[in-house]
Amino acid sequence: MKPQLTLREMNKIVILSVALLCGLHTLQAQRIKGSDTVLPLTQTLSEIYMNNHPEATITVTGGGSGVGISALLDGTTDIAMASRRIKFSEKMKLKQSNHEPCEVVVAYDALAVIVNPDNPVKQLTREQLEAIFRGKITNWKEVGGEDAKIIVYSRETSSGTYEFFKESVLHNKNYMSGVLSMPATGAIIQSVSQTRGAIGYVGLAYLNPMIKALAVSYDGGKNYVYPSVKSAVSKEYPVVRPLYYYYDKANEATVAPFIEYIESPEGQAETLKIGFIPK
Amino acid sequence: MKKWIDIIAKRIFTVSGFVTSIVIVLIIAFLFAEAVGLFSQPVIEEGYVLALNKKNEVKNLSALEIKNIFDEEIVNWEEVGGGDVPIKVFRLEDLDKIYTEAELGDEYQFAGDKIVEQVSSDAGMVAFVPESLVEGRTELNYINDNTIPVGDVLLGVEWYPTATPSPIFGILPLISGTIWVSFFAILFALPFGLAVSIYLAEVANPRVSKMLKPVIELLNGIPSVVYGFFGLAVIVPLLQRTFNLPVGESGLAGSIVLAIMALPTIITVAEDAMRNCPRSMREASLALGATQWQTIYKVVVPYSISGITSGVVLGIGRAIGETMAVLMVTGNAAVIPTSILEPLRTIPATIAAELGEAPAGGAHYQSLFLLGVILFFITLIINSCVEVVSARNRLKR
Repeated sequence: MKPQLTLREMNKIVILSVALLCGLHTLQAQRIKGSDTVLPLTQTLSEIYMNNHPEATITVTGGGSGVGISALLDGTTDIAMASRRIKFSEKMKLKQSNHEPCEVVVAYDALAVIVNPDNPVKQLTREQLEAIFRGKITNWKEVGGEDAKIIVYSRETSSGTYEFFKESVLHNKNYMSGVLSMPATGAIIQSVSQTRGAIGYVGLAYLNPMIKALAVSYDGGKNYVYPSVKSAVSKEYPVVRPLYYYYDKANEATVAPFIEYIESPEGQAETLKIGFIPK
Repeated sequence: MKKWIDIIAKRIFTVSGFVTSIVIVLIIAFLFAEAVGLFSQPVIEEGYVLALNKKNEVKNLSALEIKNIFDEEIVNWEEVGGGDVPIKVFRLEDLDKIYTEAELGDEYQFAGDKIVEQVSSDAGMVAFVPESLVEGRTELNYINDNTIPVGDVLLGVEWYPTATPSPIFGILPLISGTIWVSFFAILFALPFGLAVSIYLAEVANPRVSKMLKPVIELLNGIPSVVYGFFGLAVIVPLLQRTFNLPVGESGLAGSIVLAIMALPTIITVAEDAMRNCPRSMREASLALGATQWQTIYKVVVPYSISGITSGVVLGIGRAIGETMAVLMVTGNAAVIPTSILEPLRTIPATIAAELGEAPAGGAHYQSLFLLGVILFFITLIINSCVEVVSARNRLKR
């Protein structure tokens, strides 16, 4: 006679397997949310990671750095991507609701200052850039160019790039009010390429022959560095920002494998391939 | 049976009419409630304070003064009513540079002491720090945290919604930009629109107008972002070359794109109105010996004036409320325009570009609702003006 399972035993097995499945699920499913700048990096790397680890599922959504961090606070994401450092107020809020935020730098992103290819100016110091973006220098001849008005293009105020450029180049001072703000990086490139007196800033990955990048000096004109992946990797190029992941310390075991993968040599090689600067 | 259907239909129409009106009133009430909230927001970013040295007597600063202090435009306390002491600006991030993490404590529990230490050491220092860190400390003076004054918003000429420590919501540049660009758009669209609609309704032979009309209506179906891209890639460089401008993104580019977008509405509505002019009136005019041109401007246009004006109102409505195309071609510089060849920023473009990242319930968010309310009033005023004008015309006749 075959051993028959009693109803009770059957129930036990069902409950056990459901519990096991749930456990596996929470162990492997991860939600990542936040900055649109970091989004392409996370997307590509998570796809590769999921190919190598079929049992893992990672959902990646954008929405902006602030959105990611508030999702971390609500517990609706496991990792928050951010193109800026967590604000003090956000950190305090997380701590008050018993979350312990952990910070990982996953890659770097360099910003290039761009001008029209017909513009003879090749290099500027940080002080000159600050004066230009704040409206103190309004003519190219003041910085060694031709006698033409400087047209300053910037991103919209909601952009993380806007904030980073303000912090790094303008030392937290405000842009002039007459700055032309464009809704997207593509629009800045289009406008700079067709406006002779234009100046703007874009991510390193967006550089193309339609526009010309400028060498930048952060030491008052002693050393000018041209933006490139090489100079950004070697840390010579100064306008570089870190891109962050934030997660809850209690959640570390869940998110650790993916973060380890990003930090592995293979993950870092992929990072470079997508156009970001590895750590 | 028929009686019942009648009654039910009547009820349904009444209910739907009421529901629609109530929904509209609710939407407007919501808009106003959010917008008015702006004026109860503090001038300094919420949750933060500006701490001063005990010796500093300055109590009140306007948002503009705070911005200029942190931009290092104002460098001495004398300029804002204090003693002759140079201003030194201190931000929370500077704390990390002066002290190690261990000195501040891993939960920032010692940060308050360090801030007090720093600010007390320099008579001219102003520190922008979270309220929670310096709560209840009497060793420092604080700037009074007033609410945002109405005058600073309605008459302000600077728009810095994300500036720290105190955002500035001067909406004058945005209002003037919107009115300026819409005014020119209508200036371009009106003569062309009228000319084309007169041609289609009166002059063109039926075969031509049958062919032309669908083409013009097709213009209405093009998404506005496509117009925007066309403007950025074609009209902007064209203007730059023709007028030899330093920058092509300008009010003019915006109003040309808007004029093209408003044209189909004006043409279709005005043409339909002119076609409705009774044949008897037209023939009476011709029979009295008037030429075709005289018939058009003495009989047909006056007869259909209310239809033409409603076409124009719809066109203006489209121009004022248009977002995407304007966002791409006007350059979005928040300055009061002095000529149409300069970049400007409109209200709809501002709302579209900034609402996505403005934290819900914050001052920035509410200021965008205020812009919505103002846009609502601009359209309301224009609509009522046109109503009055066409009513007067009807009386005259």
